[in-house]
Amino acid sequence: MAALLQHPCYEEERLRRVADKLPCREVQAGTLLSVMGGPEQHSFPSIFIYGHRASGKSHVIHMLLRELELPHATVSCVECVSVALLFEQVLLSLFGCDAASLLPRSPSLSDFVRIYRQQCSHSPAVQTRYIVMEKAELLRDMDANLLPALLRLQELVQDNVTVILLSEIVWDKFRPNTGCFEPLQLHFPDYSKGELQQILAQDSHPSYSAELYSSYINILLGVFYSVCRDLRELRHLAALNFSKFCEPLEEGKVKESDTHKLWRNIEPHLKKAMQTVYLREVSSVQWEQLQQMEEKDTGAVRGLSAHAHVELPYYSKFLLIAAYLASYNPARTDKRFFVKHHGKVRKTNFLKKHEKTSNHLLGPKPFPLDRLLAIFYSVVDSRVAPTASIFSQISSLVTLQLLAQVGHDDQIDAPKYKCAVSLDFIRAISRTVNFDIVKYLYDFL
Amino acid sequence: MSKRKVKEAHLPIGECISEVQRVLRERFCHQQLPERLEGVDSQYKHLLELLRRTAVHGESNSVLIVGPRGAGKTTLLNCALRELLEEKEVKRNLLQVYLNGLLQTDDKIALKEITRQLSLENVVGDKVFGSFAENLAFLLEALKKGDRSSSRPVLFVLDEFDLFAHHRNQTLLYNLLDVSQSAQTPVAVVGLTCRLDVLELLEKRVKSRFSHRQIHLLSGMTFPQYLQRVQTQLRLPDGFPDARFSHEWNGSVQTLCEDKSVEEVLQRHFNSSKDFRSLHMLLMLSVSRVSTANPAIRPADLLEASRMCSADPKANILHGLSILELCLIIAMKHLNDIYDGEPFNLQMVHNEFKKFLQRKSHSIYNFEQPVIMKAFEHLQQLELIRPVDASAAKTQREYQLMRLMLDQSQIMEALQKYPQCPTDVKQWAMSAFG
Repeated sequence: MAALLQHPCYEEERLRRVADKLPCREVQAGTLLSVMGGPEQHSFPSIFIYGHRASGKSHVIHMLLRELELPHATVSCVECVSVALLFEQVLLSLFGCDAASLLPRSPSLSDFVRIYRQQCSHSPAVQTRYIVMEKAELLRDMDANLLPALLRLQELVQDNVTVILLSEIVWDKFRPNTGCFEPLQLHFPDYSKGELQQILAQDSHPSYSAELYSSYINILLGVFYSVCRDLRELRHLAALNFSKFCEPLEEGKVKESDTHKLWRNIEPHLKKAMQTVYLREVSSVQWEQLQQMEEKDTGAVRGLSAHAHVELPYYSKFLLIAAYLASYNPARTDKRFFVKHHGKVRKTNFLKKHEKTSNHLLGPKPFPLDRLLAIFYSVVDSRVAPTASIFSQISSLVTLQLLAQVGHDDQIDAPKYKCAVSLDFIRAISRTVNFDIVKYLYDFL
Repeated sequence: MSKRKVKEAHLPIGECISEVQRVLRERFCHQQLPERLEGVDSQYKHLLELLRRTAVHGESNSVLIVGPRGAGKTTLLNCALRELLEEKEVKRNLLQVYLNGLLQTDDKIALKEITRQLSLENVVGDKVFGSFAENLAFLLEALKKGDRSSSRPVLFVLDEFDLFAHHRNQTLLYNLLDVSQSAQTPVAVVGLTCRLDVLELLEKRVKSRFSHRQIHLLSGMTFPQYLQRVQTQLRLPDGFPDARFSHEWNGSVQTLCEDKSVEEVLQRHFNSSKDFRSLHMLLMLSVSRVSTANPAIRPADLLEASRMCSADPKANILHGLSILELCLIIAMKHLNDIYDGEPFNLQMVHNEFKKFLQRKSHSIYNFEQPVIMKAFEHLQQLELIRPVDASAAKTQREYQLMRLMLDQSQIMEALQKYPQCPTDVKQWAMSAFG
């Protein structure tokens, strides 16, 4: 396969070394190398590389640039919150710190290009210079001029320079409205299942055989492949759960060849991992601790979302319940639910289910303060005076983000709210005050 | 040339190839000026005459070169300048100022750049002194002092002219065009833009000072001309060190252009766009595949290059999604069909997905809500779905309204190409309503 990575301008030995470090990416690396050409030749002004997360975009680029010793600057657009940082980093890595110090306090693109040209005339490019921009989608949020200017940087600075943009998002979403210099688009396809297996099997444990590790990876992919194809995530999961996989071997219960028993042992464990570690409910440190104390069932430690219940004052709980009812019930059913002697309501008429989509599908509706208070008085058994403390509890529920205020038109006169908690949360709350909320919800009648 | 000399000029094949790469890459990537312009003779003559009148006779002019991206506006101007500067007199006299709308984003920066490029007295090294008002007054005075006969003409080139029209009060444009209208230092203002409605962007007073000369570069190329152009672009120049190789290469280019499949590919490219840049990209990709083992461009190379250029990026992205994410997209597609393009939220998508699971599939896809949420968020990161309104913080994540940014045909095509797509998922996608 190494035959794909060939170029007359580079030593074969070196190219082979690069190819060894790029498993399953020979085709892409070969294409990229042929587009980049020899170090003295001109290269395309801008290359746009897209592909899924962890498909080896930056890895391939960095391996090529570093191993072939080409002059380059790598900029992560996440770090560069202002253009000044971006310019500084580019000048610093291409020309050294003298050039970077020439930048004025708040540099414009014009300053950057001027200094670049100045430096360029001192040290003209022998080899193509490369500027690699990682997470290039963030360039769209910076100055509107920045992206078009970077794309034609070669023309602006009149130097042999190539800008490489790396992104997860397709080029169509980048194009500015008056157009720009179109970059060369390269796609890094996702790894297939076989390729993932091949790459993951490389970091096998020294004390076990490679076949065992490979069969472990196979089981892991069987569980996770339909959900996750991110190589980094899979590798992390593989590293975390391997000790559990080896447990029966260490205890001597099972031989290495007995894959079925090993599978039976690990599979439920991995399924549990999907609900906990994969979602970061349980941190990886906790997960490792859990595996150590085996007598305790995994998952017994409560994850992050299980900590979601909050201790609230008595009336706040009822206020929240009232808000939930107001948000998820249509106003026309209030009379039926909350008024004791509400006269005759024909059941057929009331249960008009012609609105097919329930409110639990559409999300909470806003309601006025009056309705909230009316429901509140109806659900609280005792008589409650509308004191300042009740109203301040409402606004503190807003600051806790359990309620959300809708429309900032008026703070005092008839504010509108929305309830921003889930059904499970409100159920837990109403259980603590012995209130059966499901009985009052229109969707569950 | 004597026989001996020809023999000497043979180079080993590897060197020939790298020389070919060097020459052609410079042509395609570095936008090297062609020896002769094709198809724009009248425009070229017009522009050259105009510039000559400024440079030689001291006449003030203003002109706009308008054309779509990649139509050769900069090339046209540079070619005209190249010919103009061949005259010794002009070369000694003419001052040139290049401004770019992308770089000089406001008048202050532009003014500094002008002063710097003209190297006026208030410039030391490359530092410009004085405030904006001082600089402007200084520059205007310097331009006003001159007259037609004695002072050196100045050529202002404004690349991305339409961006200059977005500056505050269009001060720079006003002043430049004003100078060009009055009997002061002879200036020529050349604007390059890709906007056809650029005159509508100008203020009335600026517009009235503009001479309304426009040079349009609208390509009226026919396909045979396009083919001819491909050939000339790939042809090696006469000064190539190895004459025999160059002869062979040019011959192979000729046969390449006569090939039926190549013609088909080029026709497709021609139909999608006539601009030179996309052509250069195509040729550049095919040239980059030339190597020692493969010393001429084969039709297969061009086909492969065209495949790379015209691949649908969204289909590529869809190809790499996991099964769960694909299922969510199918559910969204069904929601779009049923509710006629109304926005949806995660709950609805999940509900639709659950319906599918209950009816058809086994429990292998029975994922929990948070796992589905994670997949949904991944789709949002890839910008395959987009929130309807930006006020994201207010609503809960599962109730945020979204829109699908994919076409129905794109989804179906991606489904066909998806590796090992389960049959039940495929059938679910085919069925008309959920």
